[in-house]
Amino acid sequence: MIELISIHRDFLVGDQTVHALDDINLSIQAGEYISIMGPSGSGKSTLLNLIGLLDSATEGSYLLNQQDVTVLPDGQRAATRSKTIGFVFQAFHLIPRLTAAENIELPLILAGTEPERRRPLVNKAVTDMDLTDRAHHTPDQLSGGQRQRVAIARATIMQPNILLADEPTGNLDQKSGQDVINILEQLNQQGITVIIVTHDANIGQRAMRQIQMVDGRIESDQTLSQTSSS
Amino acid sequence: MATSISDIARFSWTALMGYPTRTILMLTAMAIGVAAVIMLTALGEGARRYVTNEFSSLGTNLVIVFPGYSETSGLNPIAMVGTTPRDLTLDDAQVLTRNTNIRRIAPINIGSVNASFQGRSREVPIIGSNSELLNIRHWKLAQGHFLPATDLDRATPVCVIGRKISDELFATQAAVGQWIRLGDRRFRVIGIMASEGRSIGVDVQDTIMIPVASAQQLFNTPSLFRILIEAKTRSAIESVKQSTIEILKERHQGKRDVTVITQDAVLVTFDRILGALTYAIGGIAAISLAVAGILIMNVMLVAVSQRTAEIGLLKALGAPQRQIIRLILSEAIMLSAFGAVIGLLLGELGCFAIRQAFPDLPAYAPLWAVATAIAVSLLAGFIFSLLPARQAARLDPVLALRGK
Repeated sequence: MIELISIHRDFLVGDQTVHALDDINLSIQAGEYISIMGPSGSGKSTLLNLIGLLDSATEGSYLLNQQDVTVLPDGQRAATRSKTIGFVFQAFHLIPRLTAAENIELPLILAGTEPERRRPLVNKAVTDMDLTDRAHHTPDQLSGGQRQRVAIARATIMQPNILLADEPTGNLDQKSGQDVINILEQLNQQGITVIIVTHDANIGQRAMRQIQMVDGRIESDQTLSQTSSS
Repeated sequence: MATSISDIARFSWTALMGYPTRTILMLTAMAIGVAAVIMLTALGEGARRYVTNEFSSLGTNLVIVFPGYSETSGLNPIAMVGTTPRDLTLDDAQVLTRNTNIRRIAPINIGSVNASFQGRSREVPIIGSNSELLNIRHWKLAQGHFLPATDLDRATPVCVIGRKISDELFATQAAVGQWIRLGDRRFRVIGIMASEGRSIGVDVQDTIMIPVASAQQLFNTPSLFRILIEAKTRSAIESVKQSTIEILKERHQGKRDVTVITQDAVLVTFDRILGALTYAIGGIAAISLAVAGILIMNVMLVAVSQRTAEIGLLKALGAPQRQIIRLILSEAIMLSAFGAVIGLLLGELGCFAIRQAFPDLPAYAPLWAVATAIAVSLLAGFIFSLLPARQAARLDPVLALRGK
């Protein structure tokens, strides 16, 4: 499903070139539940952004569903993001002036879905995330856990194959964080490929496959049934 | 499938409502620009209509003869005040009546004398003319008769007075039939004017009209101030003008020493001058629209930097660059449109206030000015938001999500 071949991502900082990703080779199958861990600056968020087509590799190839998406025009890149990939961020990134339901509806609007088709999808997402009584509240009227559930509902409203979560529990208390991880696990059980970037070892270890990164390289890549190092 | 216009509009609306201060600022700027264009062009257009109406009310198919002539063509102010190598006389006017294309002729003499009645007196403007003046100028009588239709050189001691003169000299007494003193002569009041207001320097209510020969005696002059000629038809105006010039040239020893203008020529001249003035002040006011457009650009640039993370999110959710551009442009165009509508209402309100304050001035904004103001405001909103929109669309989504 996801095939990264010899991926390099360099950034120019002043006169210096920083190798954020250094020769990454990674193959991810549909339905996997993966955690990416590592210290700050290890390149885990860069890897997530690259998988999410928010960023492009300096070198190497990226195949998504057998299609080379390494270099795509902006329109196709955006369309692929819209249909295939959902994002959950640490900072939620909800639009403050919109209600929970409107935030959830946003990807459907951007995709040009007709209002008649949007309404039942939004209602279902609101119900699934247990937000029925908060649907018409703005983000500032919601708790952190509720905000992240809105963000997850928004990320999954387009029924993507891949859900990318960058420190999804970073701004939450333990209870809310557990709830969010439970939801992500449920989504994975429904067949969605879930990739979580986290600092929290407890959360990372709940994943079927755990990738450890250091200095832009994959240091270890383990699954519950087998162990391999790269 | 592209996002529908109604969804874009709804999203833009929430964005505008989300930042009320900047929205109000931009609306105010645009509204002031549009209102300025509407009010200033209404003033210019009002002045144009006022002046042309005033000239139209002079009469119909009018040809005016002035003593004096300058080689330059058109309306000559020097000729109007009169450098007169040879005077216009009653005989000149008499000869002109033979032209079959002329319906009416009214020789005019003017001056001012002291008018008195039973101890009340005041200085009064006098118009010396004949019976035709009433019809040429489309005036109306309130009481009695106008000047008698007698020979031009017959100095009958009668007068027709304005309503104001009647009130001041006669108060509650009936004026018609009374004798008043004008200078050292006595005149019998035979009529009171009904026409109201002013028209090109003549306040009918504050004037006394006497036969032209009487005026010449009163002011001790054989010359005339003007000769008003009414042509029979509109198409005859030009031939009347030419024949008048020729006849008077022949009578004045072959020297052209009169200026003859037609009402149409005056109207066209004023119409052109005041029309150009309206365009000029409309253009000046339109500068404020351009300034409003620049303000929109500045505020939209600030808006893009304020909403960097939001734009990053929209990209992460699958919005391509062209959709980001559409969203930002639609915000600016909505602002311009609302600003234009508010400006239109303010402008019309301002025009209404001007009309209330100056009832004689028909201060209505011309349709072209309203349409242009709205079109320019929309265009300014569009053009000046292109830069911020392109800037937003080119944001790196990863950096934008971090608010950078």
